Amino acid sequence: MRILAAMSGGVDSSVAAALLVEEGHEVTGVTLRLWDNPTDAGCCSVAEIDDARSVSNLLGIDHLVWTFIEEFDAKVVAPYAAAHAEGLTPNPCIECNRHLKFGRLLRRATQLGFDAVATGHHARIVDGRLLRGADPQKDQSYVLYVLGQDELRRCRFPVGTMTKAGVRAKAAALGLPTAAKPDSQDVCFVTTSGGRHALLASRIPLHAGRVVDTAGAQVGSVDALELVTVGQRKGLGTGGGPRRYAVHVDTAARTVTVGDAGDLLAGSVRLGQLCWVDGPVEGRVDVQTSAHGEPVGAAFDGTAVRFDEPQRRVAPGQSVVLYRGDEVLGGGVAVVAG
Amino acid sequence: MPAYLDNAATTPMRPEAVEAMLPFLSDRFGNPSGAHAVSREARKALDDARDTVAHHLGARPAEIVFTGSGTEADNLAVLGGAAARPGPTVCSAIEHHAVLHACDALGDNRVVAVDAAGVIDLDRLAALLDPTVSVVSVMLANNEVGTIEPLAEVAALVRELAPQAVLHTDAVQAFSWLDVAALAAPADLVAVSAHKFGGPKGVGALVVRQGVTVRPIIHGGGQERDRRSGTHNVAGIVAMAAAMHATVESRDATVDRVRALRDRLADGLVAGVPGCTETGNRATKIAGNCHLSFDGVESEELLVLLDAAGVYASAGSACASGAVDPSHVLAAMGMTRAQAVGSLRLSLGAGTTDADVDLALDVVPAAVARLRTG
Repeated sequence: MRILAAMSGGVDSSVAAALLVEEGHEVTGVTLRLWDNPTDAGCCSVAEIDDARSVSNLLGIDHLVWTFIEEFDAKVVAPYAAAHAEGLTPNPCIECNRHLKFGRLLRRATQLGFDAVATGHHARIVDGRLLRGADPQKDQSYVLYVLGQDELRRCRFPVGTMTKAGVRAKAAALGLPTAAKPDSQDVCFVTTSGGRHALLASRIPLHAGRVVDTAGAQVGSVDALELVTVGQRKGLGTGGGPRRYAVHVDTAARTVTVGDAGDLLAGSVRLGQLCWVDGPVEGRVDVQTSAHGEPVGAAFDGTAVRFDEPQRRVAPGQSVVLYRGDEVLGGGVAVVAG
Repeated sequence: MPAYLDNAATTPMRPEAVEAMLPFLSDRFGNPSGAHAVSREARKALDDARDTVAHHLGARPAEIVFTGSGTEADNLAVLGGAAARPGPTVCSAIEHHAVLHACDALGDNRVVAVDAAGVIDLDRLAALLDPTVSVVSVMLANNEVGTIEPLAEVAALVRELAPQAVLHTDAVQAFSWLDVAALAAPADLVAVSAHKFGGPKGVGALVVRQGVTVRPIIHGGGQERDRRSGTHNVAGIVAMAAAMHATVESRDATVDRVRALRDRLADGLVAGVPGCTETGNRATKIAGNCHLSFDGVESEELLVLLDAAGVYASAGSACASGAVDPSHVLAAMGMTRAQAVGSLRLSLGAGTTDADVDLALDVVPAAVARLRTG
C-alpha cells in the first residue's frame, strides 16, 4: 500500500511512519508547514522539519514538505480569532483536522495516488469504526470526530494501539532522534505566537468588560473579555471571597457573568455543526466535552445532549463528542444557550 | 533515463572541473598563504585560476575576490558596498534573496518595480535614485523566470542620478548563457557562483573594480587583499576556473542548441496542455529558462508526480526547510496568486538533451491532466 505519513517531527508520528515501513508499506513522509513560525523551535519550525526529515532518512523513506500556510490561516486561525471575538471558546485543533490534515492533505494524497494518509494520533480504526486510543491518558479520538467513513477508509493511526510509553520505547529501540522529545502543546500557533493574548490582540480588537454577578451587580472587571472562557475562575478581578466562575460571556453587552459552582452547572447543551462517523445517532450516549475530559452519561435527541447529572457548563464553541463506550459516534459544537 | 531540468538550482559538474580540482584534494594540499614549496604550488594554482576567472569576467586579476558562494559575493557587494558609503540601497523587486534580504537587513532599501515580463522599470528606477544612494543592485539574469535586465541603461541612470553609488549586478544565473564580461562591464561589482556553470558548490567570486571600495564582511587573516579573509578553497577555485573556461569555450554553441531545445519544450507544452501559459518574453530571457504556469494545478502536487516520473524540476524558490514558498518574483511581475501557485520552472543546461525534452513533453501534460481530473 502507498501511504503518505504526516510527520510533525514529534515522536508519535515518527513511530507511526516507522511501523508502516516495518509492515512493508511504501511510505513517503510529509511535513506540513501550517504556520510561518518565526522561532527556531516549536511546531512548523525548521528544527521540527529537520527532525521529521532525519527520521525519514533513518527509515529510508522520501520526505516532502508542503506549505499550507494560507489554508491554515483561512480555515483555522482566522475562524479561531473570529470565534473569540464573539466570546466563544473554539477548538482549532479540530478545525485543523477537519480542513487541513483530513481535508486538504488527504485530498492531495489521494490525487497523487496514495492509498492512505497516516498520522500519529492516538486513536484506532476498526472495521470502519473510530475507537479511542489504547492509552487512556493519550487518547485523541476527541479531536477526530469530524472524520466520516470516506476519510476513515483512507486513514491510518498506527500508534493508536500503543501506549505512549510503548511509543517512546519503540522510538528508542529504533534509534529515532525524536524518541525523547516532549509532547507537543495543544494549540501550536498560539504557543509560537507568544500566547493567546498576543495572538488575538494582533487579529481582533480586545475589549475591557464588566464582571457581574447573576443579579447584575458589578463584582470585577477584565481587560479583554474576548479571552474569557466559560468555566474560568482566575483573572476575573473579583478579588477574594467565594469561588466564582464565568458562566456567560456577552461580547455585545461587554459583560462576563460570574456565579458559584452551582450556577456553572447545566443539565443540557445544544449542539450545532453535527458530524457523524457513520450516520446520525440518537439515544443513550457517553459524552466528552473537552479533549481530556471524562465521559459522562447522557441522552441525545438529535439537537441537544441531556446529561444524566448536571455538568459543568460547556463553553460555547467547544466540541462535544458523543461516544458509545470506546466508539466515537460523532459530535458537534456547543451553541450559546438561550 | 530521468530528465534533470533544474539547472538553475545547480548544474552537474563539468568533467574538466572535477579533473582540475582532484589534485588539490589530495597531494597538492598547500595553503597558498604560506612561504614554502607546498604553499607556493597552491599559490601558483590560485594565481592561474584568478587570471582565468578575471579574463572571463572582463576584469583584472586584482579585481577578483573569491568567496564561499554566490550568496556571499552578493552580501559582500551589498553590505560591504554600503558600509563603505552609507546611504539607502536600491534594488529590483526580482533580485535573488541573497541581494534582497541583504538590502533589507540594512534597513533603508528602495525596491524598483518590474514589468509583466520581469524587466526593471527604468522610470521607477530613475525616480528612486538620488545622490544619497549607496548601492544599486540589479541582476543580469533572473533565477526564476530568466529575464535579462538592461544593465547598460541601469548603469547610465545610476551614473547620472546617483553618482556616488556603486552598481552591483548578480550574474549568478547569467554566466552559462551570456557574455558576462561584456554585459556586466558597466557594473562596479559582479557576483558569480561556480556551481551554476559546472563548477563545485561552495565557491563564488565578486568582481570589485579598481577604485571601488567594499568593506570586508568576513574578518581575519586579510586574504584577498583584505576584502575576504579565510584560507582559500584552492580546489574549488581551481575547479571554478576550469568550469568557466569550458563554459565560455562552448557557450555560443550551447546557447544555440539549448535555445532550440527550450523552444521545443515550451512550444510543446503551451500547445499540448490547455491552460498553460509561458511566463515572460523569450526575446529577453536566457536560453535555458522555461517557466510556465498551469491553470488549476498546484506546483507542490505537480512536482511530486514529475519527480516520480523522473522529471526533476522546481517551482518558486526553495526555502530552508525544502518547502516551496510563494515567489516574490512572480508577484512582482503581477502574476495572480492562482497563476503563481501553478508555476513550474524547467531549467535546461549544457548537458540537456533531446531525450530530456521528449520525456518532459511526455510526462508534464500527463501529470497536469491527472491533477485536473483528480
